[in-house]
Amino acid sequence: MRPATTNVKTLKIDGRDLSGRQEETILEVARQNGIFIPRLCEMEGLTDVGACRMCLVEIKGQNRLLPACVTAVEEGMEVTTDSERLQNYRRMILELLFTERNHVCSVCVSNGHCEMQMLAQRLGITHVHFPYRYPKEEVDASHDRFVIDHNRCILCTRCVRVCDEIEGAHTWDITGRGIDAQVITDLNEPWGSSETCTGCGKCVHVCPTGALFEKGRSVAEMLKRRQFLPYLTMMREENE
Amino acid sequence: MSKARVATLWLDGCSGCHMSLLDMDERLLELAGKIEMVFSPLVDQKEFPENVDVALVEGAVSSDEDLEKILKVRARSKLLVSLGDCAVTANIPSMRNPFKVKDVLDRAYIENATLNPGAPVDAVPTLRPQARPIHEFVNVDVFVPGCPPSADTIYFVLAEILEGRVPDLGAKTRFGA
Repeated sequence: MRPATTNVKTLKIDGRDLSGRQEETILEVARQNGIFIPRLCEMEGLTDVGACRMCLVEIKGQNRLLPACVTAVEEGMEVTTDSERLQNYRRMILELLFTERNHVCSVCVSNGHCEMQMLAQRLGITHVHFPYRYPKEEVDASHDRFVIDHNRCILCTRCVRVCDEIEGAHTWDITGRGIDAQVITDLNEPWGSSETCTGCGKCVHVCPTGALFEKGRSVAEMLKRRQFLPYLTMMREENE
Repeated sequence: MSKARVATLWLDGCSGCHMSLLDMDERLLELAGKIEMVFSPLVDQKEFPENVDVALVEGAVSSDEDLEKILKVRARSKLLVSLGDCAVTANIPSMRNPFKVKDVLDRAYIENATLNPGAPVDAVPTLRPQARPIHEFVNVDVFVPGCPPSADTIYFVLAEILEGRVPDLGAKTRFGA
């Protein structure tokens, strides 16, 4: 029986009358109703961090844009998910991600299967308006089975969260601040000599780009299986 | 109707975009009736002419010569098309950018050379510090990402431009396509 405390909120998203449970986010309710809101860091089954800012939405009565993945639904809320202003900001954010590291799609293991590349196309990005940085980034191939290529990393922290929250190993973390931030294994040691990594590969499969991949994969060969995560979480909840 | 004066230019790229252009097969015949190819690696014309209607540019700006060429092409063309990922993002040529030019040349011509080690100094254009997209130097009218853009994409771009429309590439191509 549904607990009596369940609180349903009714709201409008893009003019549609919808409802969600009070603990649900705008992104979740939009998704349940087939409304597309772009995102790169959010992933069903992981906690939300609001890192990528792609899911920013407009809420009537507020000038500030809010990330849909960490904003809970509220009674009477009127949400706009796809205004020209939002599209401009999203394109700008994504273009900045492209300039920040070296995303050379044509030779990337994830070419054709990359969430960032697909989003760029969906948002109609044909070129980047900002100067590319072309930074020098490392590739760590010390692990037996996996590789981390920092050139392609967008710091979404999905790897950090899946390793901590689902695998329980917490091998991944972030070092540095701002533009110098990097994902690291253990205390910034080579992945191959990590004592905590179980080699489960969950980080590889949640990674939205070609930053994490299986060794031996060549251009466009890295297909990621993301379906496992919601099932894993669901099964665990049932067992509890 | 007079034919559109079309030019193509090859900067720092692999010529793959030009190969893709040729991949249009029989549609080239149809285009040949509508365009006059006034300058291209595919035709024997030494000097980039004046009054070009459409210039398709492949490749990044990597050398002083590239820069000189793109400035001239921009000045002499009505419409400039950035063709392919090297022109649009600097793509593969940009992979040298995190390194110093001298280190790149030493790696290629000294460290990995088995015969006559030493970087060429005469009769080759001087490399600029980085390979950069062409829109960082000149205004670009149409961007066509892709590595290379497919023959269908290039045909669509040319056909739309010849009809006086700005091609809406939408789902047709993307970075790395």
